[in-house]
Amino acid sequence: MNEQPEQFTFDFLESTAQIVGGATEDLKIKIGDFAGPLDLLLFLIRQEQANIFDIPIARITEKYLEYIRLMKRLDISIAADFIVMAATLIEIKSRMLLPRDPFADEEEEVDDPRKELVDRLLEYEQFKTAAGMLYERSTIEQAIFTRGPIESDENNSEIDATVFDLLTVFQKIVARHVDEIKMEIEREEISLADMMRALKKRIFEFGEVSMLKFFEEMHSKRELVTAFVAVLEIVRTESVKLTQAVTFGDVILKKV
Amino acid sequence: MNLEEIESPVKEARSPGELVALVEALIFVGEEPVTTKVMAEVLDEERESVEAAIEQLQREFLARESGLQVREIAGGWQLATRTDFHEEVRKFLKTRPAAKLSLAALETLAVIAYKQPVTVPEILEIRGVQSASAIKTLLDKRLIVAKGRKEAVGRPMQYGTSKDFLIQFGLSDLTELPSIEDFEDLIQ
Repeated sequence: MNEQPEQFTFDFLESTAQIVGGATEDLKIKIGDFAGPLDLLLFLIRQEQANIFDIPIARITEKYLEYIRLMKRLDISIAADFIVMAATLIEIKSRMLLPRDPFADEEEEVDDPRKELVDRLLEYEQFKTAAGMLYERSTIEQAIFTRGPIESDENNSEIDATVFDLLTVFQKIVARHVDEIKMEIEREEISLADMMRALKKRIFEFGEVSMLKFFEEMHSKRELVTAFVAVLEIVRTESVKLTQAVTFGDVILKKV
Repeated sequence: MNLEEIESPVKEARSPGELVALVEALIFVGEEPVTTKVMAEVLDEERESVEAAIEQLQREFLARESGLQVREIAGGWQLATRTDFHEEVRKFLKTRPAAKLSLAALETLAVIAYKQPVTVPEILEIRGVQSASAIKTLLDKRLIVAKGRKEAVGRPMQYGTSKDFLIQFGLSDLTELPSIEDFEDLIQ
């Protein structure tokens, strides 16, 4: 844990910007925790003690821009969303300066240029409050504990084997065969279909077949390869599963 | 859960006390909150009787000032420690409180919880700020899940809250969230 660094509060926009860090460290500047431009705007409105339904747009815009400038001066990259809001504020400010159309229908309601922004601010504030509620709820939840999982077959099962595990077993056998088989004699080779039939028969008879044993029965490399392909085919097409008790250990073919 | 093993051919009437004890046992072993429906099925009882048994169980825990409580969460029932014992339990488990979500993540989560299913542009509209990293955090923590694509231009992905959200925020279901309009009254 680092030592708590000294904190200096910026006298400009108090509580929104702080310089954090001791004399020896690099200065770190912490800008008030604003979740976004709407959050900043709400803060400024409250700081100015303004009515949200009658925002003094010129004053708020000025404060907002001041804040953006401060961030720039401190060389903090400003999220584009903050700039978009600055543009929106300036636009509203200029629209409010425009005189009303003297020929406009007296009856017609003139939309307040601030209305859309106010609606967004109010909606945002609801969710900000909801976020606070969630925060409180999670704090309460963190004070509650449930028991840990019970050790059972379910959470301590055999490791599911993958094709790579199968390949590892296969390579072990092949490596062993390299020493044993000195000479290959031309003989009638077993076909893939026959191999699959033989393997299937054994799986359904015994419920499970050890791959290590099955491969070891093969007489030649070619038979081994055929046996390996047969296993892959059966896993793909039949309802059997591969399990492995230990990583790099034997793989068992099981009837599902 | 394997139902066949539990069903017995001859059903004998249980005493109310026995049912309460059985409900307690099931809630205890449940890895996740156990629903009334599952308990009724396993015990071959009416839902109403199971509900009554749960209520009785809760009363018993309260009456003897147990260190545990029976609480309704994420649509089911769970046995958990009492809130006021958190310091001692935490000391025993040697755990620290989990890292809190950032302000941005909490806000994004609030928007998703109330507006689901909701798309990223819709969240941006409300928050006025990009929420990409907050959404990633929430997805990583499994608090939100993708809920298919919206039939709109660009077919944007929609998000909603997960069961983990209910559990971590102690909610029985989404209707337990206070209505968003209530917050409006609170603000003004």
